[in-house]
Amino acid sequence: MPIELLMPALSPTMTEGNLAKWHKKEGDAVKAGDVIAEIETDKATMEFEAVDEGTLGKILVPEGAQGVKVNQPIAVLLEEGEDKSALANVKPAAAPAAPKPAASPQAAAPPVKTAASPPPAAAPAPPRAPAPAANGHAPGARVFASPLARRLAEQGKIDLAAVRGSGPHGRIIRHDIEAALKGGGAPRAAAPVQARAPLVPMPAPSGGGGITRYSRDQVHALAGGTPFTDIPITGMRRVIANRLAESEVVPHYFLTVDCELDALLKARADINDALGVKTSVNDFVIKATALALRKVPMVNASWSEDAILKWEEVHVSVAVALPEGLITPIIKNADKKAIALISSEMRELAERAKAGKLKLEEFQGGTISVSNLGMYGTRQFTAVINPPQSAIIAVGAGDKRPVVKNDQLAVATVMSCTGTFDHRVVDGALGAQFMAAFKKLIEAPGALLI
Amino acid sequence: MAETSFDTIVIGGGPGGYVAAIRAAQLGMKTAVIERENLGGICLNWGCIPTKALLRSAEVGHILQHLGDYGFSAKDIAFDTKKIVERSRKVAKQLSNGVGFLMKKNKITVIDGSATLLGGGKLSVSKDNKPVGDFAAKTIIVATGARARAMPGLEPDGKLIWTYREAMVPEKLPKSLLVIGSGAIGIEFASFYRDLGVEVTVVEVLDRVLPVEDEEISAFAKKAFEKQGMKIFTSTQVKELKKNADSVVATLVQGDKSQQLEVERVILAIGIVGNVENMGLEKTKAKVDRTHIVIDQWCATGEPGLYAIGDVVGPPWLAHKAMHEGVMCVERIAGLNTVHPLDVSNIPGCTYCRPQVASVGLTEAKAKAEGRQVKVGHFPFIGNGKAIALGEPEGLVKTVFDAKTGELLGAHMVGAEVTELIQGYAIAKTMEGTEQELMSTIFPHPTLSEMMHESVLDAYGRALHI
Repeated sequence: MPIELLMPALSPTMTEGNLAKWHKKEGDAVKAGDVIAEIETDKATMEFEAVDEGTLGKILVPEGAQGVKVNQPIAVLLEEGEDKSALANVKPAAAPAAPKPAASPQAAAPPVKTAASPPPAAAPAPPRAPAPAANGHAPGARVFASPLARRLAEQGKIDLAAVRGSGPHGRIIRHDIEAALKGGGAPRAAAPVQARAPLVPMPAPSGGGGITRYSRDQVHALAGGTPFTDIPITGMRRVIANRLAESEVVPHYFLTVDCELDALLKARADINDALGVKTSVNDFVIKATALALRKVPMVNASWSEDAILKWEEVHVSVAVALPEGLITPIIKNADKKAIALISSEMRELAERAKAGKLKLEEFQGGTISVSNLGMYGTRQFTAVINPPQSAIIAVGAGDKRPVVKNDQLAVATVMSCTGTFDHRVVDGALGAQFMAAFKKLIEAPGALLI
Repeated sequence: MAETSFDTIVIGGGPGGYVAAIRAAQLGMKTAVIERENLGGICLNWGCIPTKALLRSAEVGHILQHLGDYGFSAKDIAFDTKKIVERSRKVAKQLSNGVGFLMKKNKITVIDGSATLLGGGKLSVSKDNKPVGDFAAKTIIVATGARARAMPGLEPDGKLIWTYREAMVPEKLPKSLLVIGSGAIGIEFASFYRDLGVEVTVVEVLDRVLPVEDEEISAFAKKAFEKQGMKIFTSTQVKELKKNADSVVATLVQGDKSQQLEVERVILAIGIVGNVENMGLEKTKAKVDRTHIVIDQWCATGEPGLYAIGDVVGPPWLAHKAMHEGVMCVERIAGLNTVHPLDVSNIPGCTYCRPQVASVGLTEAKAKAEGRQVKVGHFPFIGNGKAIALGEPEGLVKTVFDAKTGELLGAHMVGAEVTELIQGYAIAKTMEGTEQELMSTIFPHPTLSEMMHESVLDAYGRALHI
């Protein structure tokens, strides 16, 4: 099958771009990593590199074309063994804005070349969502790894960003890659040391990360040899495992509030009815979480060994379950967005999350998380903090419960929400203030509607 | 009696022990060292350091023999064995005092005497069979070292048959000398005595000298020694040593051939045994296997709170291995989370004979035995400008890489100053460098170190000066 090359999104905000220059002609061989074309955006000119190998079969968008939409096919790559006949079914480009009349080279202002400086956030978006950086490797930041570890990772097709480094200053060393290749990381005790039989189990070092990492064989042995099937650990599964294991060092505590939902449900019904939209209770929860953070801003912060970073914006990560795991797309600046907008953004993000099409910046950089298991009937639960965030709200099902009002037994729709907090940043009273603010916003939802 | 209770007590003030004590003190532990003889241990007093002083004298002697090569002439060149030995002792003394100063500076209590473990973090110390006192510590680190091995029929007497100890302080030079064992200790003494004009014969039971080194290096060194007039018998055993009044008749057996050799003195250098006796180890759960204390990769013994480091836990018997184990073990006890177990393949080894020998990591044969595809590079001293300018055109730098990953598996060198060069490869190995980083490192010209670069280039068919 010929591979369609699509117009890449070279920055988070890019929706269209200009095809400044083709570096390859039809019929040219293309290797992964070759620069195929130069794409001009509103900000810069960047190089477009091939991901696959093959022969450039057909150019669909001519040099100089303006306003080419992101994801529009711009060329067709023939794989090995395919010839031009495979192009029979390829439709010519849906005419984009006509190329500029062939201007003389002198007349066409050369695009400003800033190809050397990398795009600010994301590299040309790969077809699948890249694994979120684990272990505090900030996206795009340098990953420290020994040369040998880098080469072993490359040969073993391991994503360095998903590996926890055990070397000096968290540097990834050979041992870490070998452990990752073995799957899950063998415990240190298994490190080969010549002619030295371990005699006694050592206590975990008091200062160290004391997470026990079992090999497949050890787990099998511990389970008493029950038969099993191997399920390969995907990149996403490894990231989930690493990130959540990381949260083990966070001193957690939990605060639960019961929120009466009837007023909110009424408001929601009115909005949906009047505006013809389909907002969900969760959209209200996102907004309430964001506004509660504004009321108690010290919760909107992250621990570091140097300082507590108090975030100036409120970005709410929302856990979305996927068949193969979960991902947390972000409603950015949720405190400033109307419920209806949050609702439509959330729907769109969830859809793309399920299609594996989220961009890095769409699921990285939240300042708090919301996890909602209410739709499964879970009444109340606690959630694991998503480092470096300091709080996560676990939202249970809203159901009718007996409540006491004016000394009378009454029925109300009640939703139990539990906040998990990082005690290094958020002390108990502060967490309680936050949960009180959250409860108040949910129970008197007028404030959510402004 | 001052303090009797400590966080850490180290038994043995050799390089492993005193370094472990300093690191423990740095980490805030209340620390004591028990030493029965001299701070600095064998290394400083009767090993590494004083032999380097002797070998320096031998090197000066060698240069004096070749003054003409450098445009000089001198008459009546002579040496005084006593003065050579005196200098060696002075060097040792100065450094031992230095260790005493380091103990004071780090507020480490030094207890003079021999320790006996009582189990459960307790021990008693005595000096000349008189009790010094009982002490207790949360952790005890055994760093008692090792001593020369003797074998039936091959027992030192300190007069005609020496160990390193007597060999280091000869009153006069023997006319002829038999060195039994061609490991680092044996070869260094052979080289020293040969350079001072003694007829030296070396006997090695294995099929090559310096048997832990790469085969090519062994062969190169053997040729160089023989060129200097050393007689070397490999695959040969010494069956008997018959003592006369001022000489020894040795029976050398090679296969089914046997011959007699009369020499004035014999040096026994047939390995070492751990100092594990008379120290109460049997009162603990620590296990001893063939004179060495059994430990895990963190230097922990079977007895909770009891650790062991250095020569007493086994080969390689190197001071720098002991020091590294000391630091690693103490950091582990302190719970630092950046500690990694010792990687034996990153421990360099140096022999200060002439020509010097130095290596780190796997030999070519061992790498292949592990089933690895290797790329091997060579570079001879004769291709290096600095080596020729120094008048040291004989030597070899060999590198072994994993063909698949580019990992530097081993580096092996013979020739002038290679003991000072090997650290470059040790750093590359420890930082997990590959051929790429070594190739793109800029080595200064003109230096001997350029050969390290060229050897790497050669492994990948890119050597420039050969």
